[in-house]
Amino acid sequence: MTTKLFGEPVRRREDPRLLTGRGLYLDDLAPGALQAAFVRSPHAHARIRDIDVSAAIEVDGLVAIYTWEDLPGALAEPLPLLIPHPALTHGRTAYPLAREIVRHVGEPVVMVVARDRYLAEDACALIEVDYEILKPVVGVEEAAQSAQLVHADVPGNVGAHLVQEVPSTAGLGAREAIDAAPHTLAFRLDIERSASMPLEGRGVHARWDADDRSLRVHSSTQTSTSVRMAIAAKLGLPLPKVEVVAPDVGGGFGVKIVHPWPEEILVPWAAITLGREVKWTEDRREHFVSSAHERAQVQSVRVGFDDEGRILGLDVEILHDHGAYTPYGIIVPIITSTQLLGPYKIGAYRVEFSSIYTNTVQVTPYRGAGRPQAVFCMERTMDHIAEHLGIDRTAVRAANFVQPDEFPYDQGLIFQDGRPLIYDSGDYPESLRLLKELIGWDDFPGLKARAAAEGRAIGIGIGCYVEGTGVGPYEGGHVQITSDGRVHVSTGLTSQGQGHETVFAQIAAAELGVPLERVSVVTGDTRRFGYAVGTFASRAAVMSGNAIALACRKVKEKALRIAAEALEADPRDLEIVDGEVRVVGAPGSAIPLATVAVLSNPLRYAFDAEAARATQFAGASSFDRPPVAEGEEPGLEGRDYYSPIRSTFASGMHAAIVETDPLTAEIRILRYAVVHDCGNLINPMIVEGQIHGGVAQGVGGALYEKMVYDGHGQLLNASFMDFLMPYATEVPFVETAHLQTPSPLNPLGIKGAGEAGVIPVSAVIASAIEDAEGIRIDRMPISPSDLFDLRRAAPGRSTAGT
Amino acid sequence: MKPPPFEYHAPRSLGEALDALAGAGEHGKVLAGGQSLIPLLNMRLVAPAHLVDINRLAELAAVDVEPGGVRVGALARHAAVERSGEVAAAQPLLRQALRLVAHPVIRNRGTVVGSLAHADPAAELPAVLALLKGSIRLARPGAVRDVAAEDFFTGPLESAMDPGELAVSAFFPAPPPRSGTAFREVARRHGDYALAGIAALVALDDEERITSATVACVSLGPVPVLVDVTEAVGHRPPESADWASAARAVQDRIEPEADIHATAAYRRHLAGVLTEQALRDAAREAVGA
Amino acid sequence: MHEITLTVNGVVRQASVPARRLLSDCLRHDLGLTGTHVGCEHGVCGCCTVLLDGEPVRSCLTFAVTVDGHDVTTVEGLADPDGTLSPVQRAFAECHGLQCGFCTPGFLCTVTALLRDNPAPSDEEVLEGISGNLCRCTGYQNIVKSVHRAAEIMAEEPWAGAAGSPRVVPEDPRAGEAGDTSR
Repeated sequence: MTTKLFGEPVRRREDPRLLTGRGLYLDDLAPGALQAAFVRSPHAHARIRDIDVSAAIEVDGLVAIYTWEDLPGALAEPLPLLIPHPALTHGRTAYPLAREIVRHVGEPVVMVVARDRYLAEDACALIEVDYEILKPVVGVEEAAQSAQLVHADVPGNVGAHLVQEVPSTAGLGAREAIDAAPHTLAFRLDIERSASMPLEGRGVHARWDADDRSLRVHSSTQTSTSVRMAIAAKLGLPLPKVEVVAPDVGGGFGVKIVHPWPEEILVPWAAITLGREVKWTEDRREHFVSSAHERAQVQSVRVGFDDEGRILGLDVEILHDHGAYTPYGIIVPIITSTQLLGPYKIGAYRVEFSSIYTNTVQVTPYRGAGRPQAVFCMERTMDHIAEHLGIDRTAVRAANFVQPDEFPYDQGLIFQDGRPLIYDSGDYPESLRLLKELIGWDDFPGLKARAAAEGRAIGIGIGCYVEGTGVGPYEGGHVQITSDGRVHVSTGLTSQGQGHETVFAQIAAAELGVPLERVSVVTGDTRRFGYAVGTFASRAAVMSGNAIALACRKVKEKALRIAAEALEADPRDLEIVDGEVRVVGAPGSAIPLATVAVLSNPLRYAFDAEAARATQFAGASSFDRPPVAEGEEPGLEGRDYYSPIRSTFASGMHAAIVETDPLTAEIRILRYAVVHDCGNLINPMIVEGQIHGGVAQGVGGALYEKMVYDGHGQLLNASFMDFLMPYATEVPFVETAHLQTPSPLNPLGIKGAGEAGVIPVSAVIASAIEDAEGIRIDRMPISPSDLFDLRRAAPGRSTAGT
Repeated sequence: MKPPPFEYHAPRSLGEALDALAGAGEHGKVLAGGQSLIPLLNMRLVAPAHLVDINRLAELAAVDVEPGGVRVGALARHAAVERSGEVAAAQPLLRQALRLVAHPVIRNRGTVVGSLAHADPAAELPAVLALLKGSIRLARPGAVRDVAAEDFFTGPLESAMDPGELAVSAFFPAPPPRSGTAFREVARRHGDYALAGIAALVALDDEERITSATVACVSLGPVPVLVDVTEAVGHRPPESADWASAARAVQDRIEPEADIHATAAYRRHLAGVLTEQALRDAAREAVGA
Repeated sequence: MHEITLTVNGVVRQASVPARRLLSDCLRHDLGLTGTHVGCEHGVCGCCTVLLDGEPVRSCLTFAVTVDGHDVTTVEGLADPDGTLSPVQRAFAECHGLQCGFCTPGFLCTVTALLRDNPAPSDEEVLEGISGNLCRCTGYQNIVKSVHRAAEIMAEEPWAGAAGSPRVVPEDPRAGEAGDTSR
């Protein structure tokens, strides 16, 4: 690094436009476009007998109505199953518009296009769909035992079943190890459904250029490159004739990585068919019932351990509610089962999951992606062991930590990227020490006693996690320095608030030695960079950050080579400072990068004064080789890719102090402390922001948010009135400390930070409430009403006031 | 989530408004603050054929402090009533309750009378009107009637207002001398509808003994349940009053229901806790009055 | 259709709208001011908050036709005409008070009014003031920090930030009974 930009809390370059209303989100585009709306199933499980559109046709401003019957070719086939897996023996995906059967409330049945959204909704309201109602399957345990089937050809509603087993070093299986252990415990845990719930829903806009026979699509997506390929495949278009751009995206948190959503192929198809621009902007109600949820699992745990709390064997069986379809494969339960071990090395491990279909909205990753459930399981286990043995909860954790000298540490499992789960670096004992200091763990018993004397109940909780971040296969970066000295950086993955424009510019400016203001960054635009995977799994900084650094190094190398020739110096004696290539130690001898860019591209025609320096009679070239030497390309630009051998593992530990009201059972978080290790920090301000936001979503998942389905498969709280995302008044102040254990796997030594904040929160809050109340907490979220019920059910406790 | 079409009426006078509403009959709805109505329209859960927008009737925005209490016009926003020092002096319970109504931005637009007319048993203001034994003035062309709170709220989102009538104002009587009020509630998030709430009014005699104690309940029945707990607390000074007995009396009277946020048993429990807390608060205020 | 006239960010604008046109849609689609965002269309998230006669309101819970003749300030009107960001906007940038930026316009409008009415709010007053706005990215901590920082900037630069928050004196609440009082 040549400048101090890397690691500095540089202010975001996204902000000026976002603060003045000049951001461009999906619905801000194409004011004249036709608008789409959908008739969606009001039933969880039904057969479509008839669709009568006759009344809707009368709506003034109606342009088109489409049902499944209208869809041509590949568009009429089920949506792709994005991530096949051998264990997903019965993967099922939906049709873009329902064909015969609907399997959850909200499934799209009819697409309407009209002059505006009001009129489109008027037409939707007049379309009559005749349904034969079928018995719905709701609740993962019910579904696992039900004779009713979500998909007629999926026996037992089991989409996937996977067992992974890691024997102990002595060769014992987990069940044997548990049976042989001095102590054993068995318990069951429950985690309810939540959802990403970005404040901007999904949305798609498509424009067909009939003359050019090309399609431009904007989508509020986490992966524009892959949406592009899906559209080309589904609509039978040549890939170069399709471009997809992610505009400003109002949050994603996982739900926008799924693709192609039905609307992402239907809207472009309608635009081509109608020869008109068409736009669809998801409304909030649609987002609740037609996108995706996550989290719901039931876990059965058996654990065997010794007198110090060291785990000798752990056996976890997971029922994972996958909703009606599996477009994103079984990534979520795979992550739960492989990330469950956290910072611990245990004797033997067996994990088994069944992925179960229900007549509810499909389940795909939401920030944390299966890890909150995994950490809830492991950390509840740690607390139960501590309680059983009567020792401090942090001591049990410390007894099980992977030690700093044991990296790389192989957990013996296959991770979500299909590669071995090997921790690259970390320092868990130091994390714990920092956390205990930050929250005042050792002083807490005194605090608790004083509170009790005042009639107040407070408790402290802890949760630790390890997070595989920066999964492959790859990302790329392209860097171009133009003859005005500006640096243009592009990468294929998308942004939805993480500040990529800023951090990637920091990386490029630091690598190239140019002022930050000269760097501009474009993400998520296939016109600029066509090869990418997407923004998920805390991978953007690791993947694109390193790819951009590598691309910069290529460009820098070329710049030094060209400058060396111009300066008649050895490239090894050159450095780039402030946008100028200088001879080290000879400040008078320098050439601006702008000039190097001019020299990099031999020209015939001078379009401006700078360009004149590169034309054939300017005298800059040598006569003994062609103007563009063999192996060279014109221009000062470079492209490179970063493809890691495997994921890099960030880690962290959280602690909280909560107070529970003895009368009302209200739960208040008094303090929340985070120690986080994501390797080298590119921009600490942005990393802190990611942690704050993650913790807030975690608090939502711990105390407020759940999707409530009734027995008919109706989502009872499909609104912000009843799906309780926390406001400012519900989120604690987060105290943070950072540990920086660089990753040895990538050039920048960084690890992902995007999801971390949310991962352990449910475990931490459960631990703290349990400590305050002396009552087992084994399901989340927990409401005051739930706590009241637990108090009443607890032996030897009476509730005041009744 | 776009509202269905409707015939829009923008009367410039009260007379025009009443005529428009009378003409629309049961197909008409009044638009005042719109903070409850427009969400229902956007979700297409209601589809009135006629919407009578009273926002141009500045005369209905009046908030008048009268010797006997506070009269709030149909267009007076929550925020205006909440901020008025005169109102707070004349009837402190209004500000105490309004601070718990949704969020400040909603209160900038929502109206007190609109909230009463909506008759949501989970809302604060119906309980306030019930506790204070206030009334609502209903008008139709050529006729005006005042309906007492106890007769006005007839069920969840149901009131004694007839189709075609306009609620033009509400009257909140001033507190008796040597009395105090309080409002306590528990909500899931700050600003949410209460899981349970209690408005309390306690009056003392010259020896600072309790002469009357009443509470009105939020989210604990189909209407704001009014419970006179004077006998239960006893004709005693607040420090020796039997608040627990009052709590039990309230718990005996209410009919809480379960929903996705709370069980009926928890609501009943809260009713007891909040009754005690609100009565103590009100008594403390009465002693200081 | 109704012909309406609004003064938006100080400019008189006219639009022809159906009665059911939400103010949010009118601003965004009829007047092209897409800085006001729509997050829930049932009044809970606060993304669509604008200043109506200086007071923050939900534009998704307001019909455009209702506010015919009134004054509206949107996020586009918060900066000075020369482009200088208002103290609130600057504070949000300084304190990393935004991530995806979708909820931000609603927060900016709400906070602009909050600080006009209460130039030095306590923590609790800040929380109460922004309690009706959802943010899914920031966890609010840096938003709270931004509000305090904006208050500081306004105290340091009393000349800054008057834009976008016209103070409207409430109408004189006239006495007088509504309608016929014969009964």
